[in-house]
Amino acid sequence: MTNKPVVKAIGLSKSFGDKCVVRGIDFEVEQGKCFGFLGPNGAGKTTTLTMIEGVSPMSAGELEVFGYSLPAQGNLARARMGIVPQMDNLDPDFSVIENLRVYSRFFGLSGKVIENRIQELLEFMQLSERRDERPDNLSGGMKRRLTIARALVNDPDLIILDEPTTGLDPQVRHVIWAKLRELMQAGKTLLMTTHYMDEAERLCDELFIMDDGEILDKGSPAHIIHSHVEQAVIEVRGDIASAQQAIKNIAHARFETHGDTLFIYSNHIDEVALCIKDDITLSLFQRKCNLEDVFLRLTGRDLRE
Amino acid sequence: MNYPYYRLPSFSRNAFIVWYRNILVWKKLIGPALALHFGEPLIYLLGMGFGLGAFIGEINDMSYLTFLAAGLVASSAMMTASLEGTYSVFTRMVPQKTYSALLATPIEIDDIMAGELMWCATKALFSGIAILIVATILGAVQSWSVLWVIPLIFISALCFTGPAIVIASMSRNYDFFNYYFTLAVTPMFVLCGVFYPVTSLPDFIQIIVYLLPLTHAIDLIRPLVAGTELHNPLLHISVLVIYTLAFYYVAVVMVRKRMIV
Repeated sequence: MTNKPVVKAIGLSKSFGDKCVVRGIDFEVEQGKCFGFLGPNGAGKTTTLTMIEGVSPMSAGELEVFGYSLPAQGNLARARMGIVPQMDNLDPDFSVIENLRVYSRFFGLSGKVIENRIQELLEFMQLSERRDERPDNLSGGMKRRLTIARALVNDPDLIILDEPTTGLDPQVRHVIWAKLRELMQAGKTLLMTTHYMDEAERLCDELFIMDDGEILDKGSPAHIIHSHVEQAVIEVRGDIASAQQAIKNIAHARFETHGDTLFIYSNHIDEVALCIKDDITLSLFQRKCNLEDVFLRLTGRDLRE
Repeated sequence: MNYPYYRLPSFSRNAFIVWYRNILVWKKLIGPALALHFGEPLIYLLGMGFGLGAFIGEINDMSYLTFLAAGLVASSAMMTASLEGTYSVFTRMVPQKTYSALLATPIEIDDIMAGELMWCATKALFSGIAILIVATILGAVQSWSVLWVIPLIFISALCFTGPAIVIASMSRNYDFFNYYFTLAVTPMFVLCGVFYPVTSLPDFIQIIVYLLPLTHAIDLIRPLVAGTELHNPLLHISVLVIYTLAFYYVAVVMVRKRMIV
């Protein structure tokens, strides 16, 4: 049981009419880890999630969640899932606590046990004091926390989050990340989409980098960074032509120009820095390479959509 | 793989959960609901039943007040089910995303539809019972046979819910419902015998009118309110049941196609 993947997809595809959105992807999600689909808008991340939820039928391929075949046994799979949609769809006519009670009923859960669980969830998500408010009176961050709490009423084994912190302020994002890490420590499997590199790097054990309906690479964030880009980068603004001239003899330096910025990548970044640091006309920013560099390299720097 | 959009609708007890969710919302909004359910028939019956009734006297061996009250019971089943099946169902299906929230749980689209069908008919039942209470207080109800009207309101409402959900399923916004109300609901309200016997209409219009479900609902309900003889009950019930089954099937298929992509 423990060795069996929670989600197993083979050749998973989805088309809307002539438009192919997911192109025959294979992946497995193992128990107890956090998996992330990382990709630009329109990469097919959300479509993949809705297929895993059993809500959207695939055009081709096979998909199993908890060993159930989807979409036919979707209701059985969803009984063990907690789903946090991209857009909050809380019930505006019900208070915070009523939203949780009514949602519990959708899983066939009611009574004393679930009432205790709802109290715990309100405390876990720091919503106890707002329990009688309508969702319209909550801030964006509170709504999000309520949506996450709602996804936990059935004590799910797999929690699916579609862009859990998009549009939220940094404080709220950190609170939500802390809560998600607590869930992982409790042995839950998390599956999320994001286009925030910091979120992916902080939370995910394994990443699937998606673009244009395909998985470009998979692995741990550190592994993905090491296999695609150098250790560090200097971002140069100013007279970038002269900077390029200054480093042209450094064999290990690789550079890319985007807009008004020159990106110089290298595994020996200090040598690069020595060559250009005295040029006071340049503004320099040196940092370690991160997922963003990988992401931009793999999916291109052109604006999407 | 193609989703079986056209398979027959299934039914499970999850439908009652959806129904119960709607009841809970209705309870929150009970004030305006009761004002509407009791206030409107009271005005109609006082104004038209007594006001117009003074000139009309009797129709088909019953006072105009009784005649009109029975017609309003049936038309309110239509009106309530049609409003709930269009505006409210659309709200839950599209802007409010209630269906999306439900579909993220073990509840399936067929459960949602069965729950909505039952709920729309239940709300129509509340409305119809309110009119019967007002009519009884005003002395318009003539027989204990009126108790049979209660299940008939529910059955009538079922047959108006299906078409309403079909309209909701193909709508992009609320304005679209104007077509349905102007071209279907209002003509039935005016032509199907709520205010006068359909026998007063020209023959060819009578033929059309007898193809419409409201006429049959009224033919069932009116004699039971007035305590007069009921003609062809099985025919009328059959028409309502056929409308219900046919449009419910179409509604489920349409909503599946809209929600499951």
